[in-house]
Amino acid sequence: MRREQRSLAIRRIGGSPAFVAGAAIFLLLAALALFAPWLTSYGPYDMKVTERLNAPSGTHLLGTDEFGRDLLTRLMYGARVSIGVGLVVALLSSLLGLLIGVYAAYYKTLDHVLMRICDGLVAIPGILLAIALMAALGASALNVVIALTIVFTPNIARVVRSSALIVKEQTYIEAMRAQGAGDLRIIWRHIVPNTLSPLLVQASFVFAEAIISEAALSFLGAGVPAPEPSWGNILQASKLVIYKAWWMVVFPGAIIVLSVLSLNLLGDGLRDWLDPRVKGKRT
Amino acid sequence: MLAYVAKRLLSLVPVLFVVTIVLFLIIHVTPGGPAASILGLEASGEEIAELNQELGLDRPIALQYVSWVGKVLRGDLGNSIFMNQSVAQAIREHAGPTLSLAIIAQFIAIALAIPFGIWAAYKRGTAADFTLMGISLLGMAVPGFLLGLFLMLLFGVHLQWLPVAGYKELSAGFWEHVKHLILPGLSLGTIQAALITRMTRSSMLDVLNLNYIKTARSKGLRESGVLLKHAFRNAFLPILTVLGQTFGTLVTGAVVVESIFNIPGLGQLILNSIARRDYSVIQGVVLVATLLYVGINLIIDLLYGAVDPRVRLDRK
Amino acid sequence: MPTPLLAINQLKTHFHTERGKVTAVNGVSFSVKQGEIIGIVGESGCGKSVMSQSIVRLLDHTDDISYEGEVLFDGRDLLRLSPAELRAVRGNDIAIVFQDPQASLNPVYTIGEQIGEVIRLHQGLSKKQARQRTIDMLRLTGIPSPEVRVDDYPHELSGGMQQRAMIAMALSCEPRLLIADEPTTALDVTIQAQILDLIVSLNERLGMGVLFITHDLGVVAEICTGVKVMYLGQIVEETTTERLFESPLHPYTQGLIASIPRLDGDRREKLHVIEGSVPSLANAPKGCGFSTRCPYADGKCRETEPPLRQHRSDHGVKCWHYEAIAEGWREEAAGHGR
Repeated sequence: MRREQRSLAIRRIGGSPAFVAGAAIFLLLAALALFAPWLTSYGPYDMKVTERLNAPSGTHLLGTDEFGRDLLTRLMYGARVSIGVGLVVALLSSLLGLLIGVYAAYYKTLDHVLMRICDGLVAIPGILLAIALMAALGASALNVVIALTIVFTPNIARVVRSSALIVKEQTYIEAMRAQGAGDLRIIWRHIVPNTLSPLLVQASFVFAEAIISEAALSFLGAGVPAPEPSWGNILQASKLVIYKAWWMVVFPGAIIVLSVLSLNLLGDGLRDWLDPRVKGKRT
Repeated sequence: MLAYVAKRLLSLVPVLFVVTIVLFLIIHVTPGGPAASILGLEASGEEIAELNQELGLDRPIALQYVSWVGKVLRGDLGNSIFMNQSVAQAIREHAGPTLSLAIIAQFIAIALAIPFGIWAAYKRGTAADFTLMGISLLGMAVPGFLLGLFLMLLFGVHLQWLPVAGYKELSAGFWEHVKHLILPGLSLGTIQAALITRMTRSSMLDVLNLNYIKTARSKGLRESGVLLKHAFRNAFLPILTVLGQTFGTLVTGAVVVESIFNIPGLGQLILNSIARRDYSVIQGVVLVATLLYVGINLIIDLLYGAVDPRVRLDRK
Repeated sequence: MPTPLLAINQLKTHFHTERGKVTAVNGVSFSVKQGEIIGIVGESGCGKSVMSQSIVRLLDHTDDISYEGEVLFDGRDLLRLSPAELRAVRGNDIAIVFQDPQASLNPVYTIGEQIGEVIRLHQGLSKKQARQRTIDMLRLTGIPSPEVRVDDYPHELSGGMQQRAMIAMALSCEPRLLIADEPTTALDVTIQAQILDLIVSLNERLGMGVLFITHDLGVVAEICTGVKVMYLGQIVEETTTERLFESPLHPYTQGLIASIPRLDGDRREKLHVIEGSVPSLANAPKGCGFSTRCPYADGKCRETEPPLRQHRSDHGVKCWHYEAIAEGWREEAAGHGR
């Protein structure tokens, strides 16, 4: 019965065109990043002064930048940084958010402290907090990860906490406690698994948000510093040559939109699939 | 109602406490301490100690916090190390453009989103609905600064209807002022518009299925009356919440968009301050933006009571 | 014989869903005269609500829907009116009271605003006059201190008061036909009786026709002059209230009557229930719609749909075997001392 339901569920999500499209586009982008060295004959730092700001052509499919570097190559290597930062931020803030959310839901006193801290962090507009943190920590990819993790963790913690609270109130948890099950067992065996679906959905949105935020920070010069390529700092360079080299704006822009759109589609698909209301209709 | 306001205000105390702690601490997480990073790598130990003393950074950290908060409560945000003026003064000078921009962006967002959202809900399941929802999904994936660049490319090179950079004070004339903010406002407002369109649509759909909508139709009202007077008024509450939340995003987004369109707002101020390591300015700008954000959400919360009579009475 | 206020001829209501066409009302004909209270009875899902809402085409806005037949109101076919003409009928000539008053009143407007709206829309009164008329209507429906209540929001009233307000709203333009769609189902038993009394007394005073939709035969017995029993979107039996209880002909009607709890009956006697449940409209059985649940169904019933036949001039029934079944019912009833 369980297995039947699961295979039905898999077929359902497989049938959601939004989810499939999102997943396909995103996997393609990830593959471009991963296999960059084999897909392009240029290196990301190979400059050629004679080929500065060349328009897209047979030799440089997406054109070249102000140092004569191949834009497609820079975008593919940049994807490693941009998607990488997004992925690590999504993973770290999910992990931290899960711990904070679940323990806050389970222990009342801890709840007050942790949730007030989250309320405070959420009250500070996201990018501003990130900018302030970056100003203090200094520009580097690692610091972008730290800053964005601090920004996004409270959101995830809140989502996890609210679904953990619902599980905690169920009678069977009460019954387990009466039978002498320890807190640790109840939390990890029974509460955590029930918070994973909303966590997964939220994480996919944080992934997208983190990619946007990294791009914005790097665009402002407060993120990943040049010459290491990231989608954001390629755009930063493009701002100066916007009227001379449209491709410097259009292609990095398009790839950011594509990655964010695909992650949003993926998240929407996941949510429709995991939403208990939708589930209720199925059974 | 009064008790509710009081309770709501009281709940802000811990939030603001955490906010001030975070912003206070940010200065202290700089590698080697703020004085070292202000003075740079070549600074000697004595120079650093001297600056620490000057800034009061040699005192116990709790004491520093208390005195900082004490000053903030009196409206003193400290002095800019670089600009030779108080932080409060600098913020006052740069707040105008940012607020103008945020308001115009919000206006654009609402003007687009609410009619589209209502229409999409009314036409749900049709091609019009799918098209609108597709566009809004795309809109949500285009960050403001990117849209700004695209618009700049489009208007700067091809269409030359609107200025693509710079800023004019309101004193230069209303249209002159607004004209310079249309493209930035559009860049900033589009994501919000996409978000609010979706929110309006789903909120309207929830309401349109309710019985009192059927009652309204059975009375012989026009569809426009049913939609606007009976459905939208009820669907408005969740939309209002989103408006409040997105205003925070707007102020944030303004920081990025300003840098594209060369608008001398808080964004410029904070970016310049990062380059100059002018930490008290960064601290001050973020604090003021946070207060603005928290304040707006408070007002929205209280507005709930005005829109929905049930909230007015039910909330303790 | 006066011309009927409302004459429905062969009305069919089709929903066009993703899975194909579903016919919720399947060839219903009947009429309502001035001053008459006609009951429409059936279990939930029998199409009675859809039928009642089809009269003023309330479902047009939410569903992909089409109609066949005609709904003549005063000789005008409502199914062929333009939207503007239809709006002039709704709330003015024909008003509806729904099941759940709490959900049927808009929570963000006062009772007065909601009643005043319909009065001003159709009667062209000023705000002040409309308010006065609203207060009069609230008084008429028995709401205490209407001058105060007029400014209350729906959630400040009890369920019974809310339904009185709904009735006041429905009657505020003196409609000639009131459609009451299970108006008492969501209310307590004592409140139920009050609302029924109210509808009957207003019907006597104002003389409007009433179409009363209910699943409760007890309610029908109390207030209706004539009854139509519906099953799977069709009328299976129609007659006067008296005759329906005296000699029900259709096995479905008999089942409904037998399942009314009786205060004077033998307590040990098991309450009769009709076997099975209403089949979904999407796969309605071939032949007689009731054949899947009917104890008397035979091959003919499962093959061929019976017509609605006139047993007497005031009694129609849609069953092949009603004569034999009616005989059995009389014998059984005699045996039980009914």
